[in-house]
Amino acid sequence: MTLFYALIALGSLALIFGLILGFAAVRFRVESNPIVDQIDTILPQTQCGQCGYPGCRPYAEAIANGDEINKCPPGGEATVKKLADLMGVEAKPLAGGEQADPVKTVAYIREDECIGCTKCIQACPVDAIVGATRQMHTVLIDECTGCDLCVEPCPVDCIDMLPVKETKQTWKWQLNAIPVTQVD
Amino acid sequence: MEKLIDQIKQGKVWSIPGGIHPPGQKLQSTTQAIARLPLPDKLVVSLKQHIGANGKLIVEKGQQVLKGQALTKPSGNWSVPVHAPTSGLISDICPMPSAHPSALPELSVIIEPDGEDNWCELNPVTDAKALSHDELVDVIHQSGIAGMGGAGFPTYVKADTRKAIEFLIVNAVECEPYITADDMLMREHADGIIAGIELMQQLLSPQLTIIGIEDNKPDAIAAMEQAAQHNDSIIVQTVPTVYPSGGEKQLIKLLTGKEVPSGSIPADIGMLVQNVGTLFAVNQAVHEGKPLIERVVTVTGNTIHKQGNVWALLGTEIKHLLDCQGFSPVPQQRVVMGGPMMGFTLPTVRIGVVKTTNCILAPDHQELAEPGDEKACIRCSACADACPASLLPQQLQWFAKSKEYDKLNEHNLFDCIECGACAYVCPSEIPLVQYYRVAKAEIKEQQAEQIKAERAKERFEARKERLEREQEERQNRHKRKPAAKSDGEKQKVADALARVKSKSDDKDSKSAVAAAIARAKAKKQGAELEPDNSEVAKERAARKEQARKYKEQKALEQGEEGVDKDDKKSAVAAAIARAKAKKAAQAAEENTSAETDAAPKDDKKAAVAAAIARAKAKKAAQATEHQTEADSAPVDDKKAAVAAAIARAKAKKAAQAAENQTEAEEDSAPVDDKKAAVAAAIARAKAKKAAQAAENQTEAEEDSAPVDDKKVAVAAAIARAKAKKAAKEQAQSDDSSQQINDSNDEADAKPQSDVPESSEDKKKAAVAAAIARAKAKKAAKEQAQSDDSSQQINDSNDEADAKPQSDKPESSEDKKKAAVARAIARAKAKKLQQEGNDKS
Amino acid sequence: MKLTMASSPHNHSHKSLSRLMMTVIAACIPGLIAQVFFFGSAVLIQLVLALITVSACEAAVLLLRKRKVWPTLGDGSAWLTGVLLALSIPPLAPWWIVVIGCMFAIVIVKQLYGGLGFNLFNPAMAAYVLLLVSFPVQMTSWLPVSDLLASPISFSQQLSVIFNGFTSAGFSVDQLRVAIDGTTMATPLDTVKTDVAHHLTVAESMSKPLFNDWFGLGWGWVNLGFLVGGLYLLKANIINWHIPVSFLASLAVCSGIGYIAAPGTEPGVVFHLFSGATMLGAFFIATDPVSASTTNRGRLIYGALIGLLVYLIRTFGGYPDAVAFSVLLLNMAVPLIDYYTKPRTYGHGVK
Repeated sequence: MTLFYALIALGSLALIFGLILGFAAVRFRVESNPIVDQIDTILPQTQCGQCGYPGCRPYAEAIANGDEINKCPPGGEATVKKLADLMGVEAKPLAGGEQADPVKTVAYIREDECIGCTKCIQACPVDAIVGATRQMHTVLIDECTGCDLCVEPCPVDCIDMLPVKETKQTWKWQLNAIPVTQVD
Repeated sequence: MEKLIDQIKQGKVWSIPGGIHPPGQKLQSTTQAIARLPLPDKLVVSLKQHIGANGKLIVEKGQQVLKGQALTKPSGNWSVPVHAPTSGLISDICPMPSAHPSALPELSVIIEPDGEDNWCELNPVTDAKALSHDELVDVIHQSGIAGMGGAGFPTYVKADTRKAIEFLIVNAVECEPYITADDMLMREHADGIIAGIELMQQLLSPQLTIIGIEDNKPDAIAAMEQAAQHNDSIIVQTVPTVYPSGGEKQLIKLLTGKEVPSGSIPADIGMLVQNVGTLFAVNQAVHEGKPLIERVVTVTGNTIHKQGNVWALLGTEIKHLLDCQGFSPVPQQRVVMGGPMMGFTLPTVRIGVVKTTNCILAPDHQELAEPGDEKACIRCSACADACPASLLPQQLQWFAKSKEYDKLNEHNLFDCIECGACAYVCPSEIPLVQYYRVAKAEIKEQQAEQIKAERAKERFEARKERLEREQEERQNRHKRKPAAKSDGEKQKVADALARVKSKSDDKDSKSAVAAAIARAKAKKQGAELEPDNSEVAKERAARKEQARKYKEQKALEQGEEGVDKDDKKSAVAAAIARAKAKKAAQAAEENTSAETDAAPKDDKKAAVAAAIARAKAKKAAQATEHQTEADSAPVDDKKAAVAAAIARAKAKKAAQAAENQTEAEEDSAPVDDKKAAVAAAIARAKAKKAAQAAENQTEAEEDSAPVDDKKVAVAAAIARAKAKKAAKEQAQSDDSSQQINDSNDEADAKPQSDVPESSEDKKKAAVAAAIARAKAKKAAKEQAQSDDSSQQINDSNDEADAKPQSDKPESSEDKKKAAVARAIARAKAKKLQQEGNDKS
Repeated sequence: MKLTMASSPHNHSHKSLSRLMMTVIAACIPGLIAQVFFFGSAVLIQLVLALITVSACEAAVLLLRKRKVWPTLGDGSAWLTGVLLALSIPPLAPWWIVVIGCMFAIVIVKQLYGGLGFNLFNPAMAAYVLLLVSFPVQMTSWLPVSDLLASPISFSQQLSVIFNGFTSAGFSVDQLRVAIDGTTMATPLDTVKTDVAHHLTVAESMSKPLFNDWFGLGWGWVNLGFLVGGLYLLKANIINWHIPVSFLASLAVCSGIGYIAAPGTEPGVVFHLFSGATMLGAFFIATDPVSASTTNRGRLIYGALIGLLVYLIRTFGGYPDAVAFSVLLLNMAVPLIDYYTKPRTYGHGVK
């Protein structure tokens, strides 16, 4: 009989606490950022497709579903490292091996050679090229992600990927790299 | 508040944590009055001498300017104009090394003084009290005044603050060793400074103005007290000499006991700090109408003979300052702009003085020893004891070294004012400040990238949405129209696709083709936005490679053209040679029979061969339904060109229409020309073989040396070398597309050579070339990497084209000779080829 | 001639690492003199042995790690470790004691953790504890001060004891430790502890000849020597006041409370402050920058906790002295202390 009471008492306690916990779980739930969004924010959003997915978000989804984290050349090692931290996996060298620290580039259209075919405009994933049919096109430097996707469609090959020019604002104190001249 | 003001009036000074006491080294530069220098030979006036945007240039090269004339006009966004420091001629406007630690070039106006020093028309304000707030701010703005203490913040922005200012703090601390510019200015122009203060008071109406001066400047304190006697609201406060009490936030803490919250500006807590030099400039601008064109600069250091302060015109090269004061450099001389604690070394003395240049320090190695080697941090935390911001410099250092940017933010790296106190006291001589700067730059870059990524994402998504919308609209339109294309047709396509797919399953080499077809179809129907991933990646890699190759090749072409620009023939010949080289490479893969088949020595033989080829081709066509092909290797000169063009066009079309698999109709394309048809058959045969051989492609090629022309030979050699290299580098699939490219180029090159010869019009030729290139490109792309066959075809095109070409130069000569020569060449190529194979 | 680029600041306080270390070593001299005076020149033999061993070990490890030897050896940090260890062990301890200690300190505690600046523990104290735990007999065989020795021993005899274990006459260390009155000598701390354990009062214990001067003959003077050296370090701005002051204050407070609570069994404040390794610990050991707390508030806590632990172990623990244990225990707590005592950065936490 005692055993029975004990069972009832423990059972009801378990039930009550269970209910409280359940209620708390629903009521005070912390909305956490879904993993895909977190991955997406780490990716550089160049939308270049070099990972094999059509854009950064699809790749983020793929990573969330277990794809490799080292397929993002524009992000470089830094992105791989962050992804590794987030996903709790080992950081790997970039797939393809080249360019651990990619040089940032932007597209530049040699405007006198442009024939106005609009092909690059269609290729640009972030609409950073403006122009109209048979009119010269130009790249919005600030919006260009340097993804290269416009280079290939150009029928006259007038798009160059130029390294982003260093400014005083982006200068990183490489004192040793400054050319020094004679005193006199 | 009242209590605070009372405390301040009673002389209470608060204290700052940390701080250091480096040797002052100020006496040597205060023995003489501020000197005037002779006019320099040239002035390099940088357009940007402050924080904010450049002004808009309003002068041009070759223009004569007067002293004080504006060179730029403000154009929003904190832009501040610069003025001509003296009258003279603008000899140039170009980027020059700037007065910045990086010395990155900055657009500068270079003025050659005429020696007259003629002022432009000045508009001094006689009664400043009569000016409205905005008018006064405008005068300050137009005079180009920016903070002269070091940061160069536009003064008009500060003066125009909408926040209530309780304390106007005048920074006369000048805590850095060596610098005495403000000290001397106060001694000599205290009245002017006080007048400037009163103008700021008029603008800001603070409750109290406190002038903070370190107790190592008794003369300046006396002069300022004297000048400020008449104004009760100005207090001269003496603060103990400790570095860096002259930092804006540190001074506020010292004089009022308040702290500026992190991330805020002093105006947020009702404070405004101005440097004495700035206030003097304000006075000059308002009461004398003179814009900011000169400033006091301390020229000091043991390598300077006449250490002291000078009035330097903005834009005066540092070299001029040093020369005027007598400079005898030591080995590994450092020339520092600014003080020894926060100044930066200059890579060249050909940099102009800017509004923020308060000191030029040229020390020898006794007074300021060269930095020693960095040793291990022993966590002695002498740095933390010295830090005026109460940071933990050694922790920051660990995190900066390991690039833990989150930790750096957590430890408030951005509250570091880079005063250098930590590095000064560090027994291990760790360049702490340098680590922080690099880390700050990295973090800023990351943040900028983050913002950019955010925007890119938005734009990408907006675009995706737009595309989807458009597509939907299109589909709606289609729906409204009766479905023109019958179900049957669709079914056909679907069947084809299915066929292709089934095929792609069993053969690797064809999967690419299948994919291309599928993709093309997808594109046409505008259906899916998301292609098959692996394909995208593969294709992309191929395209990139191709693009690079193409560029390379183009570069080489240009190079060749550079060598013999006028000799178009040789250029064309080179192109042909290249084509041949390519072809030879192709030939390597082919078996010999194809070669013999494809080399019709004369018309009759060709016809026979063609018949055989046709038979073969037909068989081949039956075997592989989806093989794309087209075209012709016409033997006949003129017709050949036409036919080639048609064939090319068809090849393109065929590639585009690949999924339709209508190769049969292509066969009948060269309707009017039988020979062309024959040739086409031959070509097809070749194509087939090549396609079969494509899998075990190995390269190594030589080619036929053009017979008649030495230049051509040279060009060919170059081309060959290149072709070889390219071939080696290329992956198989790239190869084929590359080949296509090239051969198309050659094909196109022929008409080009015709045109100039007939019309002599270079422009036309250029246009034609561009079109040709475009076509080639397009064709290459559309055929994708898959079509080994079409590559073959194009090769045969080359041959066709090449022949007429080689005939052309010697048009008077016998066609037969050419044919023979070609045959010989081919034979040679083959031999070389075989040798190459043997070797490999 | 070309201009040179450099990062600001361009001047420096001239306070270098080696100067810092040398100053600390120099500040040990008063205490060293006192030790030599009271315990004989064997201390110097140990010192030389220690210096040779640490130099050799440091150089060897640096070579193995493919680093430049001189810049690191020359900073003096290894020598300081050797000096502190030599001062901590009994003067007539066998030669291999100090050699093992120095090897352990340099190779294991310092270099295996990454070298100077990376060691979690104070090398000298870690080595001391290793020796104490492994060789308790040798490590507690302190001689009585020379005045009390039954047979004064010459320098050559000390040398012989250290290297052979016996004097030329065949006396072992244990025999040498016999004092005039025939009792075996121990340190004052040891004596009081043992006596209290034997239910003697402190007063009775202190009536022994060992205490005939004040608080243990010699030991008070040795501590005074280190206090003088420590004050010099404070004056020269080599160490911060926080750790020694909080250490000594905490020890004083604890022993004061103890004395008030149980005057019969507690030796009192001054005894604690001038016995054993108190002053050496307060100014030279606990202040080791690498392993101590780095924030001012943290240093106060760190020092105070060491003082508390020293008192507790001395009074209730199994070992007579406790500086080494206390310092090591607090070394482990340093990251935590540092984390919670971060100073308020300028502009933070104000409205």
